[in-house]
Amino acid sequence: MTHAFYVALSYAASGIVVAVLVGWTLLDGRAQQRALKELEAAGIRRRSAARDQAEKKA
Amino acid sequence: MSEPIPAIKKFSDLANPTIFLGLTARIVPFLAVATALMFAFGLYLAFTTEGDYQQGETVRIMYVHVPAAWLSMMCYSIMAASALGTLVWRHPLADVSAKAAAPLGAGFTFLALVTGSLWGKPMWGTWWEWDARLTSVFVLFLMYLGLMALTRALDDPAKSARVAAVLILIGFVNIPIIKFSVEWWNTLHQPASVMRMDGSAIDGEFLRPLLVMAGAFTLLFFTLHFLAIRNEIWRRRVSAQRRLAARMANRES
Amino acid sequence: MMALFIRDMKLAVRAGGGALIGVLFFTTVVAVVPFGVGPDLNLLSRIGPAIVWIGALLASLLGLDRLFQAERDDGSLDLMLMQETPLVLTVLVKCLAHWTATGLPLVLASPLLGLFMNMNEVAIGAVMLTLLVGSPAITFIGAAGAAVAVTLPRGGLLVSILILPLTVPVLIFGVSASYAAVEDPAPFLPPFAFLAAITLFFAVIGPLGAALALRGSSD
Repeated sequence: MTHAFYVALSYAASGIVVAVLVGWTLLDGRAQQRALKELEAAGIRRRSAARDQAEKKA
Repeated sequence: MSEPIPAIKKFSDLANPTIFLGLTARIVPFLAVATALMFAFGLYLAFTTEGDYQQGETVRIMYVHVPAAWLSMMCYSIMAASALGTLVWRHPLADVSAKAAAPLGAGFTFLALVTGSLWGKPMWGTWWEWDARLTSVFVLFLMYLGLMALTRALDDPAKSARVAAVLILIGFVNIPIIKFSVEWWNTLHQPASVMRMDGSAIDGEFLRPLLVMAGAFTLLFFTLHFLAIRNEIWRRRVSAQRRLAARMANRES
Repeated sequence: MMALFIRDMKLAVRAGGGALIGVLFFTTVVAVVPFGVGPDLNLLSRIGPAIVWIGALLASLLGLDRLFQAERDDGSLDLMLMQETPLVLTVLVKCLAHWTATGLPLVLASPLLGLFMNMNEVAIGAVMLTLLVGSPAITFIGAAGAAVAVTLPRGGLLVSILILPLTVPVLIFGVSASYAAVEDPAPFLPPFAFLAAITLFFAVIGPLGAALALRGSSD
């Protein structure tokens, strides 16, 4: 077991942990956004969203 | 996101989730690019600089181990500041920020533990040493996991925000005590060498990649933190609208 | 305040012997250890103080989640929140009552368990003294956890997970003070003084945190 082995292993571990954190954050964001879109398609809006549109028209 | 974003006039405007979402959409691409560039530069430096005459190649582990350990501390400090924001100013986003930071902190603390262990094996000849630093970081890791379990067990965000904030703050004032007691218990690790009053004890050859990597990891943390806060805001909107939908369906039937 | 103390004491004694169950748990945990490590008396006397301390720590966590649960169930928690006396003081008195009902019996039971672990008289005395000084700290810091648990339907286990890392300093100084009393070169007073300081510190921030959490969860 050379020292390079441990170096490679620790960089691999860092890569995996960072990839998991990034991937989880992005996937979670996508899932939430999809849920929001589905709800919006079903005709449910935030109370303030209606007001926003009224303001835009004015 | 192409819709116009309301301008931020004062700090309290950040409390408005819509404004925060707009800000996130504008900032995160820059942060992500900066993170990638910084990582590329840091990794380049980390692998082109010379190895230490004593530790050989393994000194390169330091370039990921120390930034991860530093982030594990910074993340808890951010959570404590957010908890203070929840308790004192009742800032509505502070609670979201604390909740979003916990998994990130746990991830970086885990990384610090793993790389520390991988560094310890060739240096000390053992995977795990019950020395002061490793042990207190391990206790910190346990605290992160406990807080994550707590924030996920509490389902009503309005109620749970203050409760979780109290525990975060109690943990925060305890960290120095834990650190001190564990050091009393066992002093084996080398003394702190980067932060010293008489200047850094580490040679500039190692310091440069270390600082660049620390910057890269910090940028990565802030990028992920922004994204996680955004996800949490969306999650709360989804659950609020689900409730609304259920109420409307109830009324129609 | 005195009335609250006496009321809590009476409830603790009457409510199915909560104190007795704590002591029983303590005894069982300590008694199980020799089956794990073997009946070697020398080894047992060496690890004895540590085992007794860990047993006491686990046993005092056992009853903590009930500290505010009964009050919440029968509604007297809301009365406490509305009282004129500061909530912190009320919580402090409740902690003291809880410690007298469950912590003190553990301290009193520890010499017997010390005998089981083949500890000498000095070590037994030291463990008793450190437990007497250190166990209130566990109750105080646990009160904050118990206040959090009030909002949860099944918070007992979660409280233990959250509180145990915070009790590490208590355990470290308690055990090292007990060992220092037996082994000659190590001084007894510094760790003991630190233990007392931690107890006093937790006596402030534990009830403070618990009061904040109770207020946060009520409205």
